[in-house]
Amino acid sequence: MTMVSRPAVSRPAPPPRRAATRPAPLHGAPLSLCLLVLGVVLVVVVLVAAAVGSVPVSVGDTWQIVWGHLTGADPGVNPAHEQIVWTFRVPRVLLAALCGAGLAVAGVVLQALVANPLADPFILGVSAGGSVGAVAVMALGAGALGGLGVSGAAFAGAMLAVALVFALGQQRGRLNPVRLVLAGVAVSYVFTSVTSLLQLQTSPNNMRQIMFWLLGSVAGARWDQLQVAGVVVVGVTLVLTLYGRQLNALVTGDESATALGVDVKRLRVVVIVLTSLLAGVLIAVAGGIGFVGLMVPHLVRMAFGVDHRRVLPISALVGAVYLVAVDLLCRTVDPPNELPLNILTALFGAPFFIWLMRRDRSLSHS
Amino acid sequence: MKLQLRQVSVTIGGTPILHDVDLDVAPGDFVGLLGPNGSGKSTLLRTVYRSMRPTGGTVLLGGEDVWSLSARVAARRTAAVLQNSPTPAGLTVREVAALGRTPHKGMFDRENREDQDIVADALERTGMLGHADRIYGSLSGGERQRVLLARALAQQPQLLVLDEPTNHLDIRARFELLELVHTLGVTTLAVLHDLDLAVRSCHRLVVLDGGRIVASGPVLEALTPDVLSAVFGVKAVTERHDDGVVRVTYGARPLAKAG
Repeated sequence: MTMVSRPAVSRPAPPPRRAATRPAPLHGAPLSLCLLVLGVVLVVVVLVAAAVGSVPVSVGDTWQIVWGHLTGADPGVNPAHEQIVWTFRVPRVLLAALCGAGLAVAGVVLQALVANPLADPFILGVSAGGSVGAVAVMALGAGALGGLGVSGAAFAGAMLAVALVFALGQQRGRLNPVRLVLAGVAVSYVFTSVTSLLQLQTSPNNMRQIMFWLLGSVAGARWDQLQVAGVVVVGVTLVLTLYGRQLNALVTGDESATALGVDVKRLRVVVIVLTSLLAGVLIAVAGGIGFVGLMVPHLVRMAFGVDHRRVLPISALVGAVYLVAVDLLCRTVDPPNELPLNILTALFGAPFFIWLMRRDRSLSHS
Repeated sequence: MKLQLRQVSVTIGGTPILHDVDLDVAPGDFVGLLGPNGSGKSTLLRTVYRSMRPTGGTVLLGGEDVWSLSARVAARRTAAVLQNSPTPAGLTVREVAALGRTPHKGMFDRENREDQDIVADALERTGMLGHADRIYGSLSGGERQRVLLARALAQQPQLLVLDEPTNHLDIRARFELLELVHTLGVTTLAVLHDLDLAVRSCHRLVVLDGGRIVASGPVLEALTPDVLSAVFGVKAVTERHDDGVVRVTYGARPLAKAG
């Protein structure tokens, strides 16, 4: 799991000697144009990902199938292909896109909220809590948590962990960012130890399923899961983007944001509730996918500037493209076996992070 | 706009920080708030820019209790430049100044032509328009303070609150900044730690010690040798020189006897 070995809390580093003087390269590019281009890229990547698999289908046929289902027209392609693409691959690819988008968005706002560039969507204990719930059901059977399924139990566990972190993160009625991070780490450790205990108690047959879930996967995606995830990801992203101006003010410090007319206390609560919901829903359907929420926000800020009204929608699209591509790799590098997502997100994410760290100025500007 | 503090008290975690503070800032005035470290200066400012609610008393701006206003409405009237604000992550100078429009904009409002003009005008008045597209983090200390002042101006405030605005600045940058604040013509309440700069720049001074106001009034009346000795622990006089400028002159052995 990614949240256990989190480095200690750090406030942003002091300004480096040679700070960037020019804005990010795409800082001046109009937002609508950026979103249009990224939107087209996403559609193309989604179609390619839905076309590739053990039964290859051409991208053109894939488009016909998707278009046919959206408009009710007859796609006029092999019905077996149609079933494979529409019933199995499209939901999977869309779930990957939603997870990538949601995790990136959660990463952006949490990094702003706790003024820590190392924050990711699971900093509030969502991942560890979700794991306990899911693993309890997988290890002990559906009766363990009053008949909840794996997703339901994961969501319940995630929300329980967040509630604990939220309660511990307060100081004199105010949410304290440093306490919040420390509480997240502590709660995560406790929940992770429970998960480990459950894993030791279970049969070897269950172990593989548990491992796969813990490392994140969209392989089991079904259309009926997508509705909730879709509404939550799109809705939360839109609402947080509306809070973009206030988030910009928050980055200049609590006192300064207050003097700019931002109700900081309320903003923190709103943001934590929304991102917990987002991360909780995603972990329930796809398990623990690390590094996306850490990496994508930094990448987007480097390229597009740091205004949250831009960073949030752009990160959503970049995160979606990224995770669809990673999922495609996960099922094509070693067919017919599939890798869990976390193996590749970590494999790409960690070197990226080391590069970012050495590039110093980008971290200290985060 | 007139600022009046009436019997303002603040207690934090059982420790009293301010006791029954009465303070007036007349429209157009530049009032300096002085006092040793821990005397409650910053806390007093926080009750004014609505970051810390007084445990007793009222803070009136233009006759209205600022604590009965919403944070947004209050921020349209009072702007603050504070010390130790973290560097805004890679924002450009223009973006930092544009943050001043925050209290004027609802969630669904976009920045329009008028906002852009107000921000450009604020940058112009602080001499930072030429740096508008630079990254805020790459500026010198004096330039950063100018940008924060531009941000405050973009709020179109009737009261400007400054917390040690010249802290960490070179001597020339200090003079430049205070001169700039003067030319803005906005009613100002400023915490200043440099006594000499304070007596030069301010119309009136208020001296805090241990959370109480111990002296206030026109510069020469407020900062008497007795106050300098009792509050600041230094032997010094404040006097108007032949060139019309008020200066603090420290004694040959400037340390006053303790107690």
